[in-house]
Amino acid sequence: MSTTTITHDEEHHDHPTGIMRWLTTTNHKDIGTMYLTFSLIMFLVGGAMVLGIRAELFQPGLQLMKPEFYNQLIGVHALIMIFSALMPAATGFANWMIPLQIGAPDMALPRLNNWGFWLLPPSAILLTLPFTLALFGIGDGAIATGWTFYPPLSVQGGIGVDFAIFAVHLLGISSVMGSINIIVTLFNMRAPGMTLMKMPMFAWGWLITAFLLVATIPVLAGAVTMLLTDRHFGTHFFSAAGGGDPIMFQHLFWFFGHPEVYILLLPVWGFIPQILQTFSRKPMYGYKAQVYSLWAIGALSVVVWAHHFFTAGMPVPALLYFMYSTMAISLPLAVLFFCWIKTMWRGSMTFETPMLFAVGWIILFGIGGLTGLVLADVAADAQYHNSYFVVAHFHYTLFAGGIMGIMAGVYYWLPKMTGHMYNEKLGKVHFWLTAIAFNMTFIPQFFLGLAGMPRRIPDYAIQFTEFNEISTIAAFALGFSQLLFVYNIVMCVKGGKKATDKVWEGAVGLEWTLSSPPPYHSFTEQPTVN
Amino acid sequence: MASHLENQYFVPHGSIYPSILSVGLLTMASGFIFSVAIDKSKDLAYLQSPGKWMMILGAVITTAMVFKWMGAVITESLTNKYKGWEDKSFRIGMITFICSEVAFFMAFFGTLFYMRIISIPDLAGYDADITPYKNFLATWPSQGPGGIVLGNEFKVNAGMEFMKPWGLAAINTGLLLTSGATITWAHWALIKNNRTQLILGMFATVALGIAFLACQAVEYHEAYTHMGLTLGSGAYGATFFMLTGFHGFHVTLGTIMLIVILIRCMKGHFTPEHHFGFEGVAWYWHFVDVVWLGLFIFVYWL
Ligand code: HEM
Ligand SMILES: [Cu+2]
Repeated sequence: MSTTTITHDEEHHDHPTGIMRWLTTTNHKDIGTMYLTFSLIMFLVGGAMVLGIRAELFQPGLQLMKPEFYNQLIGVHALIMIFSALMPAATGFANWMIPLQIGAPDMALPRLNNWGFWLLPPSAILLTLPFTLALFGIGDGAIATGWTFYPPLSVQGGIGVDFAIFAVHLLGISSVMGSINIIVTLFNMRAPGMTLMKMPMFAWGWLITAFLLVATIPVLAGAVTMLLTDRHFGTHFFSAAGGGDPIMFQHLFWFFGHPEVYILLLPVWGFIPQILQTFSRKPMYGYKAQVYSLWAIGALSVVVWAHHFFTAGMPVPALLYFMYSTMAISLPLAVLFFCWIKTMWRGSMTFETPMLFAVGWIILFGIGGLTGLVLADVAADAQYHNSYFVVAHFHYTLFAGGIMGIMAGVYYWLPKMTGHMYNEKLGKVHFWLTAIAFNMTFIPQFFLGLAGMPRRIPDYAIQFTEFNEISTIAAFALGFSQLLFVYNIVMCVKGGKKATDKVWEGAVGLEWTLSSPPPYHSFTEQPTVN
Repeated sequence: MASHLENQYFVPHGSIYPSILSVGLLTMASGFIFSVAIDKSKDLAYLQSPGKWMMILGAVITTAMVFKWMGAVITESLTNKYKGWEDKSFRIGMITFICSEVAFFMAFFGTLFYMRIISIPDLAGYDADITPYKNFLATWPSQGPGGIVLGNEFKVNAGMEFMKPWGLAAINTGLLLTSGATITWAHWALIKNNRTQLILGMFATVALGIAFLACQAVEYHEAYTHMGLTLGSGAYGATFFMLTGFHGFHVTLGTIMLIVILIRCMKGHFTPEHHFGFEGVAWYWHFVDVVWLGLFIFVYWL
C-alpha cells in the first residue's frame, strides 16, 4: 500500500489564510480545532451564567436578580453547556482523532463537516441574543422554562422561547450532519485491515453516538416544531381542550433527552479506556465486552425515557416497565466499570494529568450512575424528583462524567495536536482543584435535595442556608480553577517543550505513529493494519 | 476492508458556501421570530415588517447557497473527481440522512398515535362527577372536548367535516405510487443507456409530483373554505395538517430535485455506471412515497 490517498482540485497548496482559512476550511484538523475552541469559549460563558445563579443562592431571599431572570439563566446555562460546550467538544475530538485513529486521509464529507461547525455560532447567537435584546427593551429576555421546554409555560413564554426553538433546530441540523459524516467515515474510510472489531474504542463510542443522534435529534426537532405551531398557529398539540396533552411533550422531549445523556457520554467512554491503557501500560481489558456493552446501552437508552417524569402520572404497569428498564442499563454500565478497573489492575501505572482525570472520572462518574439508580426507583423518586438531589445527580454525570472526561482527553491529546507538552505541574493542580471544588459544590446539594429543596427556584427556606453557602463558595472556586486550564492550553498552543511523536510511553494506536503535530494532510498513505 | 478501485480520496478545497448558508438560516430564523413576536406581545408589533424582510433575505441567501453548493458538487462530478470510493461515501451518507428523516416523521406519527390511543380516551374517561369534559366521547376523528386554552376559549366546530380517504387522497396515492414506478422505469432506462425512455420516465415522474402537489393544494383549499377544517381544529386538524403539510413540503423539495435531475439527464450528465445523483434523488422519492402510504392509512383511512 504505497499509493497516495488524497487528491485535490488542483495540484497546489495555497491555502487561504486569516479568517478565510477558518470560514472555508475542509480540513478535519482545522474543523476539529474550531469545535474545540468554540466549546471552550461556550464552557466559560455557560459557567459565568451559573456563577450568577450560585451568587443568588448564596443567601435565602432575593438579592441580585428577579426570579424571571434567574430562570432564564438556568435554562440558557443548561442549553449552552449541553449543546454548545459538551457536544461540540466531543465532535471536535471526533474530527481531530477519528481520521488519525483509523488511518484515513480526512473525514469522508469535508464540506458538510465545515457546515456542521458553522451552524454552531449562529445557534449560540440565537440562544444569547434575547438577553441583549431585552437590554434594548425588545422582548422579555431568554427562555425561562429550563432546558426542557415544558408546555404550557413554553407556550406562554415570550420571544426567548422562539429563539431557543430555532437554536435547537440549528444545533440539531449540525448534530445530524456531524453524525452522518462520522458514520460514513467509520464505514468507508478505515485503513485496509482495520475491521470494525479492531477499531479504537473511541471510534466505537462515536459510532453508537452518531446512530443515537440520527434517531433522536429529529424527534426533538419535531417536538419543538409542534411547540412553535402551538405558540403561533393555533394548533392544540399540547392543550387538553383540543384533545392534546402537555405530558405528550414530555414523552417526545425525553425520547430524545434520555438518549442525549448517552450521546454526551459515549464518546468519553470511548477514549477513557484508551487513556487508562496508555498509563497502565497494558492492553485494554475486555475490548469485546466493552463494545457489546456500548451497544446494549445505546439500544436500552431509547426505551427508558419516561423515568424523567414518573411523578407526572402514568399507569402503574408503565411505571414498573420504565423503572426496570432504566435499572437494566446499570448492568452493561457495570460491565464497563469492571473493564475500566481491570485495565488498570496490576498495570505499571503512572499518574500524569490525563490519568489523574481518568481515574477521578471513574469514581465521580460512578457516584453519578449510582445516584441515578436511586432516582430510577419510582417510590423513592416521588421524594427526589425536581429537587436538588436530581441536580447533584446529573452534575456528577455531566460535569464529572462529561466535562472532566473531556478534560482528560484534552490533556491526553493536546501534545499530539499542538506538538508541545503542556505544563504538567499546572495540570495536576488543575485536577486537584477541580475535583475538590466539584465535590464541595455538589455533595451539599444531595443533602439539600433530600431535605426538600426544590430546583429552579431562586429562594429557599432558611434551614438550607449553610449548605448553599458552601456550595456557592465551592462553585466559585471551581469556576476560577478553570482559568488555569485555559492558561495551560494557551501556553501549550504557543510553545513549550517539544512533544515526541509517541508522546506517552504506553501509547498505542495509529494517531501516535504520526508526527506531533501531524502533517496538514493526515495519512497521505493509508497504513495497513494487521 | 472493501477493496477500493482507486486509492485516491477526493478532498475538496475550502468552500465559503456552508458558512454563508448558515448566515442565511440565522437571518431567516430571526426574521421569522420577529415577524411573529406580535403574538405574545403587542408592543413588538413594529418588528413584524422588518422581520418579514429579514425572512425573505434569509431565504434568498439560503437558496442561493444550496444551489451554489450543489453546483460545485455537480462540477466536481463532471470532472471525474468522484470515483468508487467517494461514491460509496455519498451512498452511506444519503441512507443515513433518510433515516434521520424517518425519525422526524416518527415524531408526528407518534403524536397522532398518542392522541388517538392515550390522550383522547383519557380526556373522555374521567369520573363523571369531577370531569370538566362532560359529554365528551372518545371517538376519532376528534377535535377534543373544547375549553379554555391560556385564557382564550377554544370551541369545537360542530359543523366541521373530516377528510375522506376515497376522494382526492386516493387519487394522490395513485399518483405517488405511479411516480415510484416511472422513476424506476427511468432508472432501468439509464442503466440500459436508453436516453429517450430515461427522459420520458423522468418527465412523467416530475409531472406526477406536480399533479400530486396540485391535488393537495385543492384539498387544503377545500378544507379551509368549505369544510371548516383548519390547523386550529383540535387534535384532528393539528395532526392532519402537520403530517400532510410536512409530507407536502418534502414532496416539494423532492420535485425540485427531480427537475434538477431531469435537466441533468437531458444534458447527458449520467452514465450507466456513474449516476449517484440520480439514485440519491430516487431513494428520496421512494422515501416520500412510503411516508405517504403511512399517511393514507393512518390519517385518512383508519
Ligand atoms: C445508570 C445510570 C443512570 C440512571 C439509572 C439515571 C436515572 C435518572 C433518573 C431516574 C432521572 C430523573 C430524576 C427526576 O427527575 O426525578 C435522571 C435525571 C437526569 N439524569 Fe440520569 N441516570 C443515569 C445516568 C445518567 C447519565 C450517564 C447522565 C448524563 C450523562 C444523566 C443525566 C441526567 C440528567 C441531565 C437528568 C436531569 C434532567 C432534568 O430533569 O433536567 N443520567 N436520571
Ligand atoms: Cu434519563
